[in-house]
Amino acid sequence: MPALFPHWTNTLARATLIAVLCTLVGVPVALMAWVRTPNATRQYEPVAQPVAFDHRIHVTGQRIDCRYCHYSAERSSYAGIPPTSVCVPCHSTAWMSSDVLAPVRQSVSSGRPLRWNRVDALPGFVYFNHAIHVNKGVGCESCHGRVDRMAQVYQAAPLTMSWCVNCHRNPAPHLRPLSAITTMGYVSQRELGPQLAQKYHVRSLTTCTTCHR
Amino acid sequence: MSAVARPAPSLALAEGDDWPVMRGAPNDAAITDMVLAPLWHTRRIWWILFAISALGTLLLLATVAYTVTVGIGTWGNNIPVAWAFAITSFVWWIGIGHAGTFISAFLLLLNQRWRGSINRVAEAMTIFALVNAALFPLLHLGRPWFFYWLIPYPATMNVWPNFKSALPWDVAAVTTYFTVSLLFWYLGLVPDLASARDSAPSRLRRRVYGLFAMGWRGSGFQWQRFNVAYVLLAALATPLVISVHSVVSLDFSIAQLPGWHSTIFPPYFVVGAIYSGLAMVLVLLLPLRRAFRLYDIVTEAHLNAIAKLMLAMGLMLAYSYVIETFMSWYSANAAERYTYLASRPFGPYAVVYWIMTGLNVLSPQLFWSRRLRTNGTALFLASIVILAGMWMERFVIIVTSLNRDFLTSSWHIYIPTWVDWGILAGSFGLFGMLFLLFLKFVPSVAMSEVKELRIEMRKTPEQEPLRA
Repeated sequence: MPALFPHWTNTLARATLIAVLCTLVGVPVALMAWVRTPNATRQYEPVAQPVAFDHRIHVTGQRIDCRYCHYSAERSSYAGIPPTSVCVPCHSTAWMSSDVLAPVRQSVSSGRPLRWNRVDALPGFVYFNHAIHVNKGVGCESCHGRVDRMAQVYQAAPLTMSWCVNCHRNPAPHLRPLSAITTMGYVSQRELGPQLAQKYHVRSLTTCTTCHR
Repeated sequence: MSAVARPAPSLALAEGDDWPVMRGAPNDAAITDMVLAPLWHTRRIWWILFAISALGTLLLLATVAYTVTVGIGTWGNNIPVAWAFAITSFVWWIGIGHAGTFISAFLLLLNQRWRGSINRVAEAMTIFALVNAALFPLLHLGRPWFFYWLIPYPATMNVWPNFKSALPWDVAAVTTYFTVSLLFWYLGLVPDLASARDSAPSRLRRRVYGLFAMGWRGSGFQWQRFNVAYVLLAALATPLVISVHSVVSLDFSIAQLPGWHSTIFPPYFVVGAIYSGLAMVLVLLLPLRRAFRLYDIVTEAHLNAIAKLMLAMGLMLAYSYVIETFMSWYSANAAERYTYLASRPFGPYAVVYWIMTGLNVLSPQLFWSRRLRTNGTALFLASIVILAGMWMERFVIIVTSLNRDFLTSSWHIYIPTWVDWGILAGSFGLFGMLFLLFLKFVPSVAMSEVKELRIEMRKTPEQEPLRA
């Protein structure tokens, strides 16, 4: 009777064992690595909008404060996308007849709001409140990044739960004075953090129901 | 030479037991032919049983698909009875598995050589029971595709599973148990797979069995390593017989609920697990013995031993019932007393409670009789009855405790839906199908151990020469 398996199958068997072990370890490790990449978190992907609104021009060029347009950030859970009527005071003179502004003019005259596309999307089971963060010294930049440098706005933070929880466990280093809340490129001062936490009564809130209500 | 020296086995199980553990001293070739015959020739009864169990499996697939797409609102459980059929069946199936490990590992370490002809069936039963058991809590998660959240791994959520909860303990206990059982089963199979390789009728089958036999040649060196590894794995598996169901029982006993909050639970659950598992071994073994004419290697000695074990377990279980009920009265706690002395015996599920007590306590008493201990029909019927009784026991523990707890305003009756019944019935189908596939493709008796036993049974080589 000839041999059941040719000689080279020994090598194949060993290679298979190694491959199986590598797969068993490699696949979970690769998956865990992948969910941390911008591919999975959708970071740094510019989101196309109905109007080519350039934050660089408005923030860096015109030095308009974030809250001029996103005025409900301090008072509401929702930072607010401004109605097109907010554009009118300036744009009734500046660039009034530009094609870029055509959808804005249409919206103002018809009273129908523009459909902006969401950039930072939290899952429905997460409760998030802008006002409490803004009033306790968490700057816009801390979550939204250098919007002053964005031609098209993209999601700057990974928005993973660990990203939220890391700050909630130790908020002090991320705090800034309320006067600098909208500052872009703020340089944090190490001694200031704990003082601000005390001043604004910031506590570490990590119970489940802080965010999942 | 051998690192694991075994004393000469005592072939009589106890004083006065005069059944041999092997009859007619069949030679090695006869044993091989007898055990491997079902692998090469499929009988019509196999196809009929396979078709029935495949239908059951389809029912399981359908009800599981319905549950996953629609949600677990298709089940009858609702607050306060959040755990009902799913957890009942989980505990029941996992308990079934325990007898397999008990027979294969515990009895190996205790040098009970009669286990050799039934341990393969018992181990296969363990693995298939665990597959079924795992299904229920996974479905009960509601979103089973997130099952991996139960495993402690560095998640982007930056939180770990709640280690204070018994549920991650369950995951650890059950996965460990499954891994060790599978390794133990496979290791024991290797020499027999090599036998199958050597006697397979076609080249393809020789190759397939050869692949799984992993180059086993039966050399002295290989046997020596094999025995060391086998006993080491047995030593690993043995504490699991105790620990796994103890952990499962903690799901209940660490809660404050009357009916669950009891320190007797771990031993009580382990005893019940082995009890129901032995019953399942008999339910599988008795028809198998008859169908494959295994009377020479599965003798009255085996049936007698299992029946005695069942009687012992049944008595310990009855003791647990008594103590549990006594302690509720002794605690002088109104809620405890209500659950054990009013709700269970006279409440809405009183029928289940009394049937369960009757079946579990009375049926093993048959085995005081030496004649009934070796009577296949009596053993089979008693085993079915015990399996049903043990399922009801878990149902009583879970549902009667939950449906009437401290707050009378939240009392609620649990009624299973057709999906609950469908998944339960379907899990029998899956179990049957896996077991039939096992019978078709895997040597169902540990031939190598039976052959070893045969040689050890010879009094002296001169008196009874070896006929190989």
